Amino acid sequence: MPVKIALPKGCLLRRTAALLQKAGWRLDEYHSSMGFYRPRSEKFPDLLIRVFHEKDIPIQIAMGNYDLGICGLDWVEELLVKYPSSAIIKVRDLLYGDGSLYMAAASLPKDVRQNGAPLRIASEYPNLAEVFALKQRMSRFSIFQVWGAAEAYPPENADMALLAAGSAADINSCGIVPFSRVLDFSTFLIANRNSWENKKMDKIVASILEALPETPKSASEKKDVFPSSLSPRHQVPGNQKEIIRLALPDGHQQQQTVELLSRAGIKIIDYPSGSGNRRPDIGIDGVGVKVIRPQDMPLQVANGNFDLAITGRDWLTDHLAQFPSSPAKEILDLKLRRVRLVAVVSRDLPIDNPGDLLRFSASRDEPFRLASEYVNIADKYARENHLGHYRVIPTWGATEAFLPEDADLLIENTETGRTIARHNLKIIETLFESTACLIGNAGSLADVKKSRVIDSIVKRLRTAVGNK
Amino acid sequence: MKIQRCKGMRDMSPDDMAVFRRVVGICRDCYIKWGYREVRTPVIEYLHLFTSAGTLTPGMLGKVYSFLDWDGWSGERVVLRPDGTIPVARLYTESMQGLARLFYTANMFTFETGEGNRERWQCGAELIGARSAVADAELMALSLEIVTKLGLKAVELKLSHAGLIKALLSKLKLSQEEQHRIFDSILDGDTTLLKKASRESPELSDLLLPLLSLKGQSTGFLREQRALLRRSIPEIGYPLDDFLKTIAVLDDLGLKYQVNIASGAGFEYYTGIIFQLYMGREKIGGGGRYDALIAAMGGGDVPASGLAIYLDRLMKVFKADTVLPSAPVRILVKSTDVKEAFKAADALRQSGYIAELDLDGQKAEWTLEVKSAASMVLIDKASKKTAVRTIDEVVKILEAKGAG
Repeated sequence: MPVKIALPKGCLLRRTAALLQKAGWRLDEYHSSMGFYRPRSEKFPDLLIRVFHEKDIPIQIAMGNYDLGICGLDWVEELLVKYPSSAIIKVRDLLYGDGSLYMAAASLPKDVRQNGAPLRIASEYPNLAEVFALKQRMSRFSIFQVWGAAEAYPPENADMALLAAGSAADINSCGIVPFSRVLDFSTFLIANRNSWENKKMDKIVASILEALPETPKSASEKKDVFPSSLSPRHQVPGNQKEIIRLALPDGHQQQQTVELLSRAGIKIIDYPSGSGNRRPDIGIDGVGVKVIRPQDMPLQVANGNFDLAITGRDWLTDHLAQFPSSPAKEILDLKLRRVRLVAVVSRDLPIDNPGDLLRFSASRDEPFRLASEYVNIADKYARENHLGHYRVIPTWGATEAFLPEDADLLIENTETGRTIARHNLKIIETLFESTACLIGNAGSLADVKKSRVIDSIVKRLRTAVGNK
Repeated sequence: MKIQRCKGMRDMSPDDMAVFRRVVGICRDCYIKWGYREVRTPVIEYLHLFTSAGTLTPGMLGKVYSFLDWDGWSGERVVLRPDGTIPVARLYTESMQGLARLFYTANMFTFETGEGNRERWQCGAELIGARSAVADAELMALSLEIVTKLGLKAVELKLSHAGLIKALLSKLKLSQEEQHRIFDSILDGDTTLLKKASRESPELSDLLLPLLSLKGQSTGFLREQRALLRRSIPEIGYPLDDFLKTIAVLDDLGLKYQVNIASGAGFEYYTGIIFQLYMGREKIGGGGRYDALIAAMGGGDVPASGLAIYLDRLMKVFKADTVLPSAPVRILVKSTDVKEAFKAADALRQSGYIAELDLDGQKAEWTLEVKSAASMVLIDKASKKTAVRTIDEVVKILEAKGAG
């Protein structure tokens, strides 16, 4: 069995590539931001290298799919704090990618042990957030696991956010104030415990460790001064006239959304925002806008944080698969960003349609592995296809890299199918077609005061969609 | 591939269940005779029931099975019940008032790494609405009665007092958070933190260390030091008197106990006396007073105390043959005439026997071959055949053989 290593894409890619360059690995394609996620090393030609989203790496190491991995300690701790018996060894601090996890809020909660309404915490790190809440002895709390933009939630949509930053000052610049440093992290080399004890990887590990700078990191303690109470200027701006709260997507969907709004005759200022403003002004009375991840919208609409949101049907479907009685409902198909949600397997597998899945999974001892960003859709797919013993592996993008070694089937979205074909994969079924849609909270729709404003927005959008 | 049970969960075989039912039966009998009434609460509860101020230690909360329910879009989690007392207190708060004696048999779930049990059964009782030393003594006497009825020998009753520990901690000039941490560690059975902290306050360590290492029947030390303790730690007055009052009742009743202030129990909701039952090093039960719990749930100022018997541990220490009552005699009923076989089996059951229909030609201690309504043959273990005409005759033979 060759040694397998998982390398990070995203913000750690450049420094990791530089370290491995110094270690003499001579990688062919790891420097590119796109690519096939399957670099090769001239120095270690037998080493199997895959590139994953940083968050996926601890899970891959713990499961034993990979022997070694490089990722931030924050994601390792996020896994270990919930699953302390995970088979992960922290081999060595690689001395770059430093940061801390801060708990931040717009105003300090008076008494975190109060009874009453739950304290809401938004974070990409739900497990660490839960431990924090328990340690603080919060009597009642809700944790919103978000895909990103946690800093945008306080104060209206969450009481606090747990987020990563280089320093407390970085958090201040988002308009919220950190009040507790929960974890310091940097990039780590990690290993699967079983591999560490049984596999010969010393040359590979040594090459990385020898490339590290000799002087250890200065042991200077981070000195963050946290306010004991927050000044009133951080209080909620309290827009009393705001009747409807609308969530708009960040990322690459912004341009299409702006065009749609403009066709609907709805003016919006500072969206997309060059300065990272997540609260653009919209030219409709009584409507407030916030910019968050489309993945997080159905849940935020369901829990009443937003009345309306523009997201994809794929994410609404995933949400409804987890919470079938959720009040988040599709109101209007915006007919934008048309993709198909498909089930994908390796071209080398004897599976051509869903019927073959059952035969294939029943013929093996190992559990059938489904990898997807859409965890709940994947879970439902496995149940509906009667896959007996299966596992769903959550991923954060670049899911194609999982096949064929680290998963048997993907649930993926695709526009043209070209990426899938390029990775030597095949589509065995189309689950449904997804487009951008306007979703809303059923309670808000039934509220007389709100429904008047909602109706007028829907009417304008419907005309714009029709006029396309 | 054979599908196996979940790691850390347990099956109970027919033999295990016979022991389980017997142990629970003895607990139930005792509880009922003392006036307790049985309740059952759901396996799934909201997480915040258990996180609400001062109920379980963060160490225990970190090990609960929590998850988002099918309607969990609010982000609030539910748990598989990790504790028996809190749900019963919740039930009381929701629908009862005044004095209530309640008991339950239930399974609890907490995550244990490695090979530990993640599902544990206990049979517990809660005495809600009474504040007196007599109420505390009732629970201890009741738990000792159960232990005696179970035929267990050499069971030790160890006593501590949560109010006493808290009063001591309040003197150590610790932050609220440190106090909580040390209290939790004491409850989890670890006194190193407390010993370390008390060493830093020399004037207190003279008092604390002997108190912490105090073990045994004699409460003389406590009585002697009462005045001195009260002078150094005024807050200790009430819990100390409360503790001594309960001990006086136990002395009156002639119950044997050991005082061990540092003995842990892992439940932060205790406010008064804490007691534990040990067989050697095995803890088989325990309980205590939790006067603040119902108030923390919004149920008003209602005092309460409770006890739990740990069934898994008892089932291990317990010799099945010594406590199992003899089961009724089994008779295998064979016949080619299905209707007559069912009729004969039914008549045997009415007479108090176990009648099994023969399905696979198995052998049994007693077999009844039914040829027709009035023609049967009873066969014993030694294959001796006796012709009989009625079930009454069968019963007579069985009774004569002492198998009645």
